[in-house]
Amino acid sequence: MQQSDLKLDGNAIAGLLREIFTMEMTNAESTCGGCGKVHAVGRVDVYLNAPGVVVRCPACEQVLMRIVQGRGRYWIDLSGIRCLELKA
Amino acid sequence: MARAAVLGRLTWQLGEVAELIQETPRVSSLALEVPDWPGHLAGQHVDVRLTAEDGYQAQRSYSIASPPDDPRVILTVERLPDGEVSPYLAGEVRVGDKVEVRGPIGGYFVWTAGEDRPLLLVAGGSGIVPLMAMIRHHAAAGATARVRLLYSSRSIEDVIYRDELARLAAADERLSVSHTLTRSHPAGWEGYARRIDGEMMAEVAWPRKDSPAVFICGPTVFVETASALLVESGYDAGWIKTERFGATGG
Repeated sequence: MQQSDLKLDGNAIAGLLREIFTMEMTNAESTCGGCGKVHAVGRVDVYLNAPGVVVRCPACEQVLMRIVQGRGRYWIDLSGIRCLELKA
Repeated sequence: MARAAVLGRLTWQLGEVAELIQETPRVSSLALEVPDWPGHLAGQHVDVRLTAEDGYQAQRSYSIASPPDDPRVILTVERLPDGEVSPYLAGEVRVGDKVEVRGPIGGYFVWTAGEDRPLLLVAGGSGIVPLMAMIRHHAAAGATARVRLLYSSRSIEDVIYRDELARLAAADERLSVSHTLTRSHPAGWEGYARRIDGEMMAEVAWPRKDSPAVFICGPTVFVETASALLVESGYDAGWIKTERFGATGG
């Protein structure tokens, strides 16, 4: 297996994000806190081969989001995202 | 229906297997009847959860192959030899069995028949599944958009929905289907017989001036190659929507 095979996209965590935010999130636009590029959440790079979910910017690879689940709780680090814009 | 399909808390529901279709030696379709299914959009997926007798659970995402016009939820699953979920769904499951699903999920990689931009669909292997929902939706709704599909498979035996695609393309001049076979091809094969490349893309894709809507689905490397070829040819990256499936353990 190559490293590139492990890279998925935001579609792969659409269910998890709906579980957390209770809305459809793949259409939301995320602004990277590193390079400022805007991508739909469905388009961002996602790695599931970690203790949690790691979401990276497809343009600069900065970590946008980390999600860990366990003991009936979620821990969500959104510090790499400057802004999430979604339909009200 | 569309509104119900994208909003609300996700809950697990039991779907009953109503029909099984062997698509290729390694790929099967399961038609599920899910009570109170809110409807879905072409391109959306469901999460499927299996629970073992000892309580161990495994969960995977599968694209929906049936169009919104079909009340059933059809999943097309490729059996991965070391998978935890796919060997059951594409091998052991029987008509009448119940499977836990939640969905529909996803609002990014979706197409509705009201959109009339020319459509370019590019599929690698079982990446055809969500694109097939779009093609079936296009046919069922009598949509006016012109559609071109470029579909890469290893061999002719691995082409999922082969007869149906041929039938739909023959019945509708707005749909054209191009196949490429990357590993082996039968004698007299008239389609492409190599991995996708710039020349193939230039022959199949809509000209840039048509501003097409593009959906690409397949393994990560395939998706990135196809997407890069289109951007190099002058396509706006904003026209292209992608969905990758990697080695997620099946």
